Amino acid sequence: MIGLEHYLTVAAALFVIGIFGLFLNRKNVIILLMSIELMLLSVNINLVAFSSYAGDLVGQVFTLFVLTVAAAEAAIGLAILVCFFRNRGTIDVEDVNVMKG
Amino acid sequence: MIQADLNIILPEIVLSVYAMAALLFTVYTGKDKMAGLLVWLTAALFVAMALFVGATGESTRVAFDGMFVDDGFARFAKVTILLSAAAVLVMGQEYMARRKILRFEYPLLICLAVVGMMVMVSAGDLMALYMGLELQSLALYVVASLRRESAKSTEAGLKYFVLGALSSGLLLYGASLTYGYTGTTLFSGIVEAAEGRAPLGLLFGIVFVISGLAFKVSAVPFHMWTPDVYEGSPTPITAFFATAPKMAAMGLFARVVHDAYGGVVGDWQQVIAVLSVLSMFLGAVAAIGQTDIKRLMAYSSIAHMGFALMGLAAGTAFGVQAMLIYMAIYVTMNVGTFAFILSMERDGQPVTDIASLNMYSKAHPGRALAMLVLLFSLAGVPPLLGFFGKFYVLRAAYDGGLAWLAVAGVIASVIGAFYYLRIVFFMYFGEEREELETARSPILWSLLMVSATVMLVGIINMFGVETIAEAAAATLVN
Repeated sequence: MIGLEHYLTVAAALFVIGIFGLFLNRKNVIILLMSIELMLLSVNINLVAFSSYAGDLVGQVFTLFVLTVAAAEAAIGLAILVCFFRNRGTIDVEDVNVMKG
Repeated sequence: MIQADLNIILPEIVLSVYAMAALLFTVYTGKDKMAGLLVWLTAALFVAMALFVGATGESTRVAFDGMFVDDGFARFAKVTILLSAAAVLVMGQEYMARRKILRFEYPLLICLAVVGMMVMVSAGDLMALYMGLELQSLALYVVASLRRESAKSTEAGLKYFVLGALSSGLLLYGASLTYGYTGTTLFSGIVEAAEGRAPLGLLFGIVFVISGLAFKVSAVPFHMWTPDVYEGSPTPITAFFATAPKMAAMGLFARVVHDAYGGVVGDWQQVIAVLSVLSMFLGAVAAIGQTDIKRLMAYSSIAHMGFALMGLAAGTAFGVQAMLIYMAIYVTMNVGTFAFILSMERDGQPVTDIASLNMYSKAHPGRALAMLVLLFSLAGVPPLLGFFGKFYVLRAAYDGGLAWLAVAGVIASVIGAFYYLRIVFFMYFGEEREELETARSPILWSLLMVSATVMLVGIINMFGVETIAEAAAATLVN
């Protein structure tokens, strides 16, 4: 029998993978965008699991909002990335270093 | 029913309809030629809305079954946000026009960001909180990289985006845990479910939500984006970042910890106290070595957020009042300081190097004096208004039983005074070098002078802000 805790564990694991992807990744900014998406989706698993466990629809409504915002966020992130690439000719994380301190 | 709800969110509706209509209209007509007009129009609308919100009266009104709360606290924050956004829009216009980055999207994005901030400070539900926060953040990511052909500006936008999205993720994870362990997303429901003792899952939720919010107010250890974003963005946008979004994020912070987690004050109090003490010290120490005035202002804002958080850490109504007073004073000081920074230039190019201020007082004694007043006020030197802001939060922390935090605050403010005074030293006693020119802009001049005058005259009665903030705090904490 798969219970609530199983869903929560999967979500927590995905969330942690997302955070690690942000901090350990040294290669490509696109991977940062994917990690962010992973974090948001793990939250969605959490919300849907809680919602169905408690028999309360609010969590699923929240999920729809999160999905919408995540799409907008990805669009803006890619747009900024395109501008960055035009200026620098690279999207390596290590090259995001004009300003330091 | 819906009519009553819509009446309550009228200012937000007016601003968002204006933003969309103006966007359509400008795209089909003059495009960037209309930008100057739009800036003035948007600023005028902000001021009108601030007057409208301020005149609403004392009542607490709730819309959409508690998702949106319009109380004294929200109105105080909204008026501060609207007025500071209007001031920053107007003062940046000339600078941006001359550097050819005055695009018509700029005032409209700021307008949408302001709508997001107004929703944030009025949020009565985790969903409203998230939507408001994202509306503000998404608009701000774009304005940070407004100068598309500049490597610095796009890098600032990229860093802001990645770390901002991470903070939204943390906040959202906390929100999902809160929902799971209390069974509701309404703040009023959460506070009932968590009365007295919080289950472990809810505690995790609180910590995640607080970390997400700490990113937005740039509290240590979530401050890494601040110096880079402040330095890389065009200066008028840096000025905006330093004022309205900070007020909104602090307002949201107070709203969440008191409205949603008000039943478990002891659990979040220590977390905020730690954030506060770290921010104050890092802000004070790291600013010492800076040579770029925008970077310096970033560290200064980190330190100031530490002080504002000290008021929240007290966990009392007086603490919230102290936080509101502190933020109002901080925003006023920053508007004046950035009006000065915007006017620094040489051969028509903007200069942000602190060393270029050498012997500034000789050529422009009036401006130097105004800046001196503002810097002393930022440092918290009595008898200027900045001192009273610090005094209030220190007293709130002491009364709230956090005497160690108050002592740490005094020490940090003494360390912090050094770098403000260093700028004063350069202006009055530095060696003579190539002279700094000053943009001849009556708007910048008058904002600088008004802000400096407020710092001096405000000590008489604070323009009544004290009593308004007291009433506002009373509506939040009960």
